Amino acid sequence: MEKNKYGHVAVFIQQHNSKIEAVSLELLGRATELAKELDTKVSAYLPCEKAGEMTKALFSYGADYVYTIENKELKDFRSLPYTKAVVEAVKKDAPCIVLFGATRTGRDLAPRVASTIRSGLTADCTELKIGSYTDNKAGKTYEKLLYQIRPAFGGNIIATIINPEWHPQMATVREGVMKMREPNTSRKGEVIPINVTFSDVDLAVKIIDKVIKEKKVNLTGANIVVAGGMGVGSKDCFCKINEFAKIINAEVGASRAAVDQGWVSKEHQVGQTGVTVRPKLYIACGISGSVQHKAGMDQALKIIAINSDPEAPIFKFAHVKIVGDLNTVIPMMIEAYKKIDVSKK
Amino acid sequence: MEIVVLVKQVPDTANVGADAMKEDGTVNRAALKTVFNPDDLNALEMALEIKERYGANVSVITMGPPKAVEILKESLYRGADKVYLLSDPKFAGSDTLATSLILKSAIEAKVKNFDIIMAGRQAIDGDTAQVGPQIAEKLNVPQVTFVTDVEEVKNGKMRLSRLSDEGTEIVECKTPVLLTVEGGVNNPRPPRVKRLLKYVNAMSSFQMNEDWVTDEDVEYLKKRELEIPVISFCDIVVNPEYIGLAGSPTRVKEIHSVVFKSIETKDYPANQDGINNMMKELVSEHIIG
Ligand SMILES: Cc1cc2nc3c(=O)[nH]c(=O)nc-3n(C[C@H](O)[C@H](O)[C@H](O)COP(=O)(O)OP(=O)(O)OC[C@H]3O[C@@H](n4cnc5c(N)ncnc54)[C@H](O)[C@@H]3O)c2cc1C
Repeated sequence: MEKNKYGHVAVFIQQHNSKIEAVSLELLGRATELAKELDTKVSAYLPCEKAGEMTKALFSYGADYVYTIENKELKDFRSLPYTKAVVEAVKKDAPCIVLFGATRTGRDLAPRVASTIRSGLTADCTELKIGSYTDNKAGKTYEKLLYQIRPAFGGNIIATIINPEWHPQMATVREGVMKMREPNTSRKGEVIPINVTFSDVDLAVKIIDKVIKEKKVNLTGANIVVAGGMGVGSKDCFCKINEFAKIINAEVGASRAAVDQGWVSKEHQVGQTGVTVRPKLYIACGISGSVQHKAGMDQALKIIAINSDPEAPIFKFAHVKIVGDLNTVIPMMIEAYKKIDVSKK
Repeated sequence: MEIVVLVKQVPDTANVGADAMKEDGTVNRAALKTVFNPDDLNALEMALEIKERYGANVSVITMGPPKAVEILKESLYRGADKVYLLSDPKFAGSDTLATSLILKSAIEAKVKNFDIIMAGRQAIDGDTAQVGPQIAEKLNVPQVTFVTDVEEVKNGKMRLSRLSDEGTEIVECKTPVLLTVEGGVNNPRPPRVKRLLKYVNAMSSFQMNEDWVTDEDVEYLKKRELEIPVISFCDIVVNPEYIGLAGSPTRVKEIHSVVFKSIETKDYPANQDGINNMMKELVSEHIIG
């Protein structure tokens, strides 16, 4: 698409049954900061059956313009109708940046949109920044590009990707890494409705049945995470991790090694190929601290590592180091916690 | 039924060193041990299962350097009918958009009237999951992503189960369609000895052009269908401005390897007093309690 330097920072809004997904609100938070740096505004693209109260919520979380694309065919996510809806919004809005959550929906939709409008797309970013870029070969400098920062190669490297020429600059962003802002219900904005019609070809995929799995694990939103790794040793011992988490009101996390052993289900996996968490406190029990695990938890405010090996890599980035056997340390922590609890009452 | 499976040879990202990237920010593939991308093996297995149930012709295409012929041979050992190596220096440095354009053109050139295109959900080197949906868009066919099972293929229609953000869905679609297959959904079959013995000596057209290979050798290989065809730039119809590094919208600005910066760490002894002190500290910092 034609470059529009003054274009808005846009966010695709993912909703399910008129409930907006947290990642979309997180992205609105980051979009307002980026828009400020770029001296522009924030747009939200909302394909749905009926926008209703959702537009108000989007204004309160930072949107200045909400493009509503309402159609009964947009009730549930399907690639083709949603692509058409977002592409129409992009054409009308001519944004400089479009962001999607790196959910299954976002990772299905964003590449199809990018291919339709022929622009670049970076997957699974963990950081976004504004900066300049000099192309030495072409002797050209670009100001205020979007730096799309992401881990690659199994988390072994961090790459900064840019789209100098082809706009809009598009990225999918991991859930849980950007901060939602406090909603301000007095904020107002403009609603811009867009009409779309669908052909039979657009509706080629039909959803016959759905099994909704309630998200039992809410790791991304947790204040405290207690995570167990290979060092936990067995499924029985992992129950003690669950118990400990319950007592201190925490969610349970795990390394991939623990998940692979079958001690805990995949939803609990933290890291490059699991979820990203940013709790106030992360207690890593028997986790060595591989780059892939680190990628999902090093944003925690405080990291406590319990490991019997004083040389374990996790001690290089943990704030609190406890060298010892988790089988003795965890009961001590429970003991200490109960004492505090009692003294407070 | 015509099925195309798209596969990729990837560096084994479990063991990557700092020399893995070149100056220009692209991957220095020569320096790395390579493997068959795990999710692509699941896609191939799903294709071979469809073939067994309904009968189909399974073609496998990979885009990569000459060395990527290895995974094509592995595909033959497992049951693929036809394999193609899509390789040309002009393709080097392509990002996902440019790659999808090249693959789309190769499919159009080699497999007329395909019914199903299958790819793994994502490759472990980039983890982008973008190429599949982009090819679907370029071919103007629908896509079904994160597929976990094929329930039925009948009268030009497929019934599939897939993962969504809310749980699982059963969807129905008409063919032609592109599917991306979730990792770990089936157990890829091992190579069959009979096929391995047949194809172990298969060679790509690149290899057949090497000096030591005689005309007689070439004839021998061709007669036994042991030539793996190479698709190069001149075999496909594609605008050269939209491929390779120059035709890619995205650029790698910089790369750095993940180093552990040491931070200030507080040490607590692993005894009850030490732990009590730590817990008190956490409470006073309002982190716990
Ligand atoms: C492409 C790719 C993606 C990956 N994605 C992820 C991911 O998302 N998340 C993830 O976690 N991993 C991921 N991994 C795997 C990762 O590389 C590591 O293998 C994994 O994190 C190791 O888990 P661990 O730390 O539990 O096990 P180990 O590395 O085996 O560490 C166990 C630790 O426990 C300690 N220990 C043993 N006994 C005790 C005891 N009694 N008390 C206290 N400590 C003890 C040991 O000293 C050791 O440090 C990925 C790998 C690849 C290649």
